[in-house]
Amino acid sequence: MPEPILELAGLTKVFPGGFKALDNVDLTINRGEIFALLGPNGAGKTTLIGAVCGLVRPTSGTIRAFGQDTKSDWRQARARIGLVPQELSTDMFEPVLHAVEYSRGLFGLAPDPARIEEILRSLSLWDKRNNRIMELSGGMKRRVLIAKAMAHEPDLLFLDEPTAGVDVELRKDMWHQIDAMRARGVTVILTTHYIEEAEEMADRVGIIRGGKILMVDQKDAMMARLGRTEAHVMLAQPLDTLPPAIAAFPVELKEGGRSLCYRGGDGTGKGREEVAELTKALIASGIDYVGIDVRESSLEDIFVSLLGDEEEQAA
Amino acid sequence: MSFNARSAWSIYRRELWRFLRTAFQSVLAPVLTTSLYILVFGSAIGNRMPDVGSVDYGAFIIPGLLMLTLLGETTSNSSFGIYMPRFTGTIYELLSAPVGVAETLAGFVGAAATKSLILAAIILLTARIFVPYDIAHPVFAFVFILLVAASFSLFGFILGIWADSFEKLGIIPMLILTPLTFLGGTFYSIADLPAPWNTVALANPIVYLVSGLRWTFYGSADVSIWVSLALTLAFLVACTAIIAYIFRTGWRLRN
Repeated sequence: MPEPILELAGLTKVFPGGFKALDNVDLTINRGEIFALLGPNGAGKTTLIGAVCGLVRPTSGTIRAFGQDTKSDWRQARARIGLVPQELSTDMFEPVLHAVEYSRGLFGLAPDPARIEEILRSLSLWDKRNNRIMELSGGMKRRVLIAKAMAHEPDLLFLDEPTAGVDVELRKDMWHQIDAMRARGVTVILTTHYIEEAEEMADRVGIIRGGKILMVDQKDAMMARLGRTEAHVMLAQPLDTLPPAIAAFPVELKEGGRSLCYRGGDGTGKGREEVAELTKALIASGIDYVGIDVRESSLEDIFVSLLGDEEEQAA
Repeated sequence: MSFNARSAWSIYRRELWRFLRTAFQSVLAPVLTTSLYILVFGSAIGNRMPDVGSVDYGAFIIPGLLMLTLLGETTSNSSFGIYMPRFTGTIYELLSAPVGVAETLAGFVGAAATKSLILAAIILLTARIFVPYDIAHPVFAFVFILLVAASFSLFGFILGIWADSFEKLGIIPMLILTPLTFLGGTFYSIADLPAPWNTVALANPIVYLVSGLRWTFYGSADVSIWVSLALTLAFLVACTAIIAYIFRTGWRLRN
């Protein structure tokens, strides 16, 4: 039975000037999961994080973290929440160790050199502990922010675009770090517009746009429900019409009859099975082919399709 | 209302560390400037100036010069302390921490006040090299300097939250505090001004600070020490109330 760790109800934020950054958001995050909040720039991801962490004052709605109202019991709630911001915001003149110790103390915890060492070692920062942050590479600086956020041992950690602007290698390294946090029992909410990241990391995915949550679901369930298989069969001889045995499949002729395009399935593998059946039917019908290209739709395809549908409805 | 001493201590320690990191700018520059004032106006020109009351002119200007440095440095230190995190974005950490107005003020304002006390001590010790002087009421002097340092740290904190540019940050100390201090009896006694300027001068709040500190040094001043103390306390309370309001509403801190 999932245990809610964060509950947002009717969360709305209207900035002075009338811009509605969050529009009646309802969202529940469960303990121990990695939740990816996907959305284009300006969708409201950072505002949502800010509202939970105390950086943004909600216009209306409630936020409950660990069962406590973050407005009335803000001290207890904030003590258990960590935030890694999108920007590399830290005192660049400060040595790494100093910065991380400060973060722990700021959250009211007693000094614990062993714990700080453990965090720094886990992020490969121990050797750099006496370096000023400005001397580190961009990736290292981002790790320092993670170390600072982990210094007070939060139960709930927000990672706002943790891999924005970092190279592929470092991004994968960051994913390992997030996995390690989950292993330690930390609930992670990450915002990203790298769909690949959500696909790789998340247990559940929420899609936000224009301050509204469009969809929240288990990543696998979302892929199964909205996923599709697409296959292109390159025919040896062009076809004018499809024989009835082939027309029974969800296919259409393309490129002047030189290729056959299949779109079907549901993301559970059913599509691939159907493509196999289609190839058998082609052979049985005496239709020769010279190549097949099969691909499953990615979370990105689903994301783009969802946002496209939303735009069409809005129009 | 709960108070997390560890959080306050962390902010305090970090701010002091920042102060030491920039010791040349934070300590050496103001001490050098004030020493030059004392050397030129107190030691060199002061020898040719008549005594003010029963106080040698060189000694007379020391409390005013100390106040001049104290007000400028305290306000700047404190305003920079909170403005820089706002400017660089690092304020997110403070705002997302379980830290309230009490811990924040204890940390930032406490550190700014400590820096000012250290600075005051160095300036007073340096001044003795050039000009002989005594402090008639050392305990009063300490309390008064502490009060001024605390209230102008609070004032600087407000300034650092209000300012949205480095220019605005510098406007108040440079264009208001410094001129008012110069005109507030640093180099002369208000009583020596011709009418109506001796009355007009009393509208300058800095007069009460310079006068108050001068009383703690020499036992005589332009206005009563109790008036100076009362006004300083009132300023401290007003600044505290404004900061409490800022934290309650999130003005310029939280979106």
